[in-house]
Amino acid sequence: MTLLQVEGLKVDINADDAPMPILKGLDLEVKPGEVHAIMGPNGSGKSTLANVLAGRPGYRVTQGSIRLDGDSLLDLAPEERAQRGLFLAFQYPVEIPGVSNMEFLKASLDSLAKARGEQQPAAAAVIGEARELANSLDLDPSFLKRGVNEGFSGGEKKRNEIMQLLLLKPKLAVLDETDSGLDIDALQTVSEGVNRFRREDRGVVLITHYQRLLEHIVPDYVHVLAEGRIIQSGDKDLALELEAKGYAWLT
Amino acid sequence: MTMSTVDELVEAGNDYQAGFITDVESETLPPGLDEEVVRFISQKKGEPDWLTTWRLEALQGWQAMQEPKWAHVHYPPIDFQAISYYSAPKSQQEGPKSLDEVDPEILRTYEKLGIPLHEQAALAGVVNPDADAGRQVAVDVVFDSVSITTTFKSRLKEAGVIFCPISEAVHSHPELVQKYLGSVISKQDNFYAALNSAVFSDGSFVYIPKGVRCPMELSTYFRINERNTGQFERTLIIADEGSHVSYLEGCTAPMRDENQLHAAVVELVALGDAEIKYSTVQNWYPGDADGKGGIYNFVTKRGLCAGPRSKISWTQVETGSAITWKYPSVVLRGDHSVGEFYSVALTNNRQQADTGTKMIHMGKHTKSTIVSKGISAGNSENCYRGLVRVSPTAAHARNFTQCDSLLIGDTCGAHTFPYIENKNNSATLEHEASTSKVSDDQLFACQQRGIDTEKAVGMIVNGFCKEVFRELPMEFAVEAGKLLEVSLEGAVG
Repeated sequence: MTLLQVEGLKVDINADDAPMPILKGLDLEVKPGEVHAIMGPNGSGKSTLANVLAGRPGYRVTQGSIRLDGDSLLDLAPEERAQRGLFLAFQYPVEIPGVSNMEFLKASLDSLAKARGEQQPAAAAVIGEARELANSLDLDPSFLKRGVNEGFSGGEKKRNEIMQLLLLKPKLAVLDETDSGLDIDALQTVSEGVNRFRREDRGVVLITHYQRLLEHIVPDYVHVLAEGRIIQSGDKDLALELEAKGYAWLT
Repeated sequence: MTMSTVDELVEAGNDYQAGFITDVESETLPPGLDEEVVRFISQKKGEPDWLTTWRLEALQGWQAMQEPKWAHVHYPPIDFQAISYYSAPKSQQEGPKSLDEVDPEILRTYEKLGIPLHEQAALAGVVNPDADAGRQVAVDVVFDSVSITTTFKSRLKEAGVIFCPISEAVHSHPELVQKYLGSVISKQDNFYAALNSAVFSDGSFVYIPKGVRCPMELSTYFRINERNTGQFERTLIIADEGSHVSYLEGCTAPMRDENQLHAAVVELVALGDAEIKYSTVQNWYPGDADGKGGIYNFVTKRGLCAGPRSKISWTQVETGSAITWKYPSVVLRGDHSVGEFYSVALTNNRQQADTGTKMIHMGKHTKSTIVSKGISAGNSENCYRGLVRVSPTAAHARNFTQCDSLLIGDTCGAHTFPYIENKNNSATLEHEASTSKVSDDQLFACQQRGIDTEKAVGMIVNGFCKEVFRELPMEFAVEAGKLLEVSLEGAVG
């Protein structure tokens, strides 16, 4: 069974009131238990792919399909995609002043549980688990009381995304340049978090610029995205080759 | 006199949950206002001559006044002769009785609204049932023009606290009423206060004796039911030296296509070392999405910190009304007295709010704090208007003002008019202001975590209002949060 199936995906954005194609026929298949790294030069459409998977407004799918567990996602609102188990770790996590992280996490867990017809988790249990996770990601537990990403450093924001990933336990995690702006210690912490998330029934799509993240999170597949298409796929050695030669030899 | 039977049901499917109409027979004065009407009201209540005269003087003042036009709100001219100035359920003509004799239709109204009239009950849905009995709330219930019942009277009496309809206080405590009525807001203070002074029908009266800490929260619940009537209630709270009281006010009205006028006056007097905390959750019917119907809420509220070290704190959550025109103020006369104003004003659809406060510093070392949170959504207009005045006598006065506006969507407006008049150079005045918008990125971040947009907006708005909500009594804070969410329904497409 395929977890994520993207076929012939074409996506436009509006640029100066005219449609501009970004993805031009992209195929991707992720099976449970797999980690797929997607690499590529700036402007190749990596973040567009992440946003389109999550249903962010502002993108127009003109052709192709996206399926999660066999069901099409294209007509679903972003929250419905999340409720079905898709998680996006943001490249630029936003601040939500006045809404505490704890409140946000509880609201998220409650909404997910409600949509899935499950019982809402007890607040005490959520606090306990969130504290433990925060601790394991070197986030000061007091951060749970602070506003969502309010006044967080770049590294804290990224660790917060991973903390949410581990707490919400989605089926498919899409990490959009989670490594950008991290120092080496934070990179290690975040990578450990992602590795902890890996399980035989969960999939990961790892979008990154740099090979260094893949030293910590070893992918099953590496794809090169350029000009809106996947032009090369391979195993982790492809990433090393890219590191050595750059993208030019492929495009 | 006309006798009318209201026999209507409200269309289902509107979000305003308090919008139903109660079917009771009412005695309602025909529309119009003149000396005869004022005399009728005064006579109906068996008032002493001084009060009849007082009302008539207010009427004369009102007749010579112009409706204020300076507020940032727009509405067609009000025909004050088309409004009925008195309406009372027929069964209440003899004045408040014991609860057993109150019209069961009226009792059901309050049951539906979650207001406890039986003393064993606490504010339903507002109070946690596990809370200890010490958290009981005494309620005075005003239905159209008359007070229906006041709960916990005997327990309050033991503490020496007087809490009763003002119409009753006129008879039972004439000396207090005569001394303080109009002492903070004179009978010709402004157009609407003068109108209220002429025709006020009922409201609550509170007196806390020297050194007494009121044993429970006091509360008034206002309900407009009859059509084409105005509601003109009058509240007078006196906290004698060293006393303390916390007072809550709630209000709702049925959904009607016509606009209805609500022109209340609230006067607070805090003597030396006394403290009054006055909290309002205003949920009058706001009109429909196209701006049809709704309450015109033109209210004068003012407190006087008469003695040294006294304190008056206003906290308001304003979500209802088609138009709100309201500036709960504090006159800081006693040295070292403290005035506070914490406000959340939310407007959606076609609602308009022009609200804020006045802090008038007269005593030395007086201190005031203003925290105002305005939220605008839909096509609404939300305006903060505030005055901080430091008199020459107010040496070392301090004020801190914070005005924050939050916009949802791009068809609403937020405006801030802060006036500062400082006549004493030892004063310290601080002003902070901000305007922000609920961004698409914030909404998407919430959605991506499974939270739908309405819940997300509610959460963001609640976060924005946190500083004010924490000033509310806890049960009210929960209710206020829910109310904001309901009021915002449909604010994001």
